[in-house]
Amino acid sequence: MKKTAFNHLHKQLGARMSEFAGFEMPIEYSGITDEHLTVRNAVGVFDVSHMGEIWVKGPGAPDFLQYVTTNDVSRLVPGKAQYTCFPNGRGGIVDDLIIYYFEPEKYMLVVNASNIEKDFNWMKQNQKTGAELENASDRMSQLAIQGPDAEKVLRKITPVDLSAIDSFCFVTGSVAGAAEVIISRTGYTGSKGFEIYFGNEHAEKIWKAVFNAGREYGIKPIGLAARDTLRLEAGLCLYGNDIDDTTSPIEAGLGWITKFVENKDFIDREFLQNQKQQGVTRKLIGFEMIDRGIPRQHYEIVDQGGKRIGDVTSGTMSPLSRKGIGMGYVQTAYSKAGQEIFVAVRNKPLKALVVKLPFYRDI
Amino acid sequence: MNIPDNLRYTKDHEWIRLNGQIAFIGITDYAQSELGDIVFLEIETRGEQLEKGEVFGTVEAVKTVSDIFMPVAGKVIEINSKLEDQPELVNKDPYGEGWLIKIEVTEPEEVNELLDAKEYEKLISA
Repeated sequence: MKKTAFNHLHKQLGARMSEFAGFEMPIEYSGITDEHLTVRNAVGVFDVSHMGEIWVKGPGAPDFLQYVTTNDVSRLVPGKAQYTCFPNGRGGIVDDLIIYYFEPEKYMLVVNASNIEKDFNWMKQNQKTGAELENASDRMSQLAIQGPDAEKVLRKITPVDLSAIDSFCFVTGSVAGAAEVIISRTGYTGSKGFEIYFGNEHAEKIWKAVFNAGREYGIKPIGLAARDTLRLEAGLCLYGNDIDDTTSPIEAGLGWITKFVENKDFIDREFLQNQKQQGVTRKLIGFEMIDRGIPRQHYEIVDQGGKRIGDVTSGTMSPLSRKGIGMGYVQTAYSKAGQEIFVAVRNKPLKALVVKLPFYRDI
Repeated sequence: MNIPDNLRYTKDHEWIRLNGQIAFIGITDYAQSELGDIVFLEIETRGEQLEKGEVFGTVEAVKTVSDIFMPVAGKVIEINSKLEDQPELVNKDPYGEGWLIKIEVTEPEEVNELLDAKEYEKLISA
């Protein structure tokens, strides 16, 4: 099992550790609910160093990225990041990712831990413009500092003017004395905050500085379990649950990152454009339980008569509203907000309502 | 880990406290700590006569769902109604306010076949 550079610190803090995507990761520290609410109300820190970082450089880089991703890379300016996905050539999704644009011919792609190898191979296979690809995942660490107090904490340990960084923008600067830290106003929680990237050698120093700076705000370490409940409340897709090789970005509600603009020939463009024009047979929805119960991945979604109309892809009890919430695919006819649906919980149909995503967002 | 001497335990991490024909049943301190934050209990077997080992309800933590089993045969006569609004009592006080059901035991002697505190401690430290 791989370890991040923070592994020994998690263990010292008494985290419950478990395997995730080939890494030994902290799942839980003080308890999911407490961690979740810490991020919503104050500030929490996630070790997300298992995520992959792949550099794409050289004169062939822009055309390559236009071809393998769905979003419009030409709209990026240096210091801007973009959420996008790799279509798989069969109408599905290889992975979802963020592209960071540093300077002409230099991009960093941040991909899901479970897909690093798959993505890198896919990129190499579809690389026809001479772009240089470098998988830097093993030498880079990432911390997500999330919550309403995140900026106040980070401000204490960096000379960078954080207020000048807009959402989905980033700068490179020093943090806790470590030079060349990438500071990005992004996150996977629905709360305000930053993600910072740096070489593994700075991990311990930066971790300690962040926690010292955050003490007055009640900063806490947050595990992957609360990361999942936070992203679900924020209505953000999780690869492997809500999107995968069999779901199209149009079905998944990711039409907003699928750009059929001129001079952008990309994998599956024609197929996806057809889907967008002609409509899809199923759609990813968010729903809230009306009856008491908690939806879970793979539970069936049925109509009033008990006929199966879809499946739950993610579900939990929202620690914030204390209601059952979930996402899932349903036949398009049932996908409008306000539609009554039923979730089969242990063979019992429980009433739920289709709602507009997100359930919560404060960005 | 708290394992009171006056209770009996199952391999599935339920505890039972017998008082004459009547017994209280819950899940152990170890079980609640392994499950993490408990957010919902579904127990709809009130009034039912159940066999030893039969499922009497379900406990849902944020990430997991687990069935809960009858340590001995008996009739479910009461469900802890406080848990409807405060499922977290099972985490905070698993042997006290966080009890799950009260049953009328069919064969009180059956309780003696269950694990005692020492045996249960051995089980969870293995």
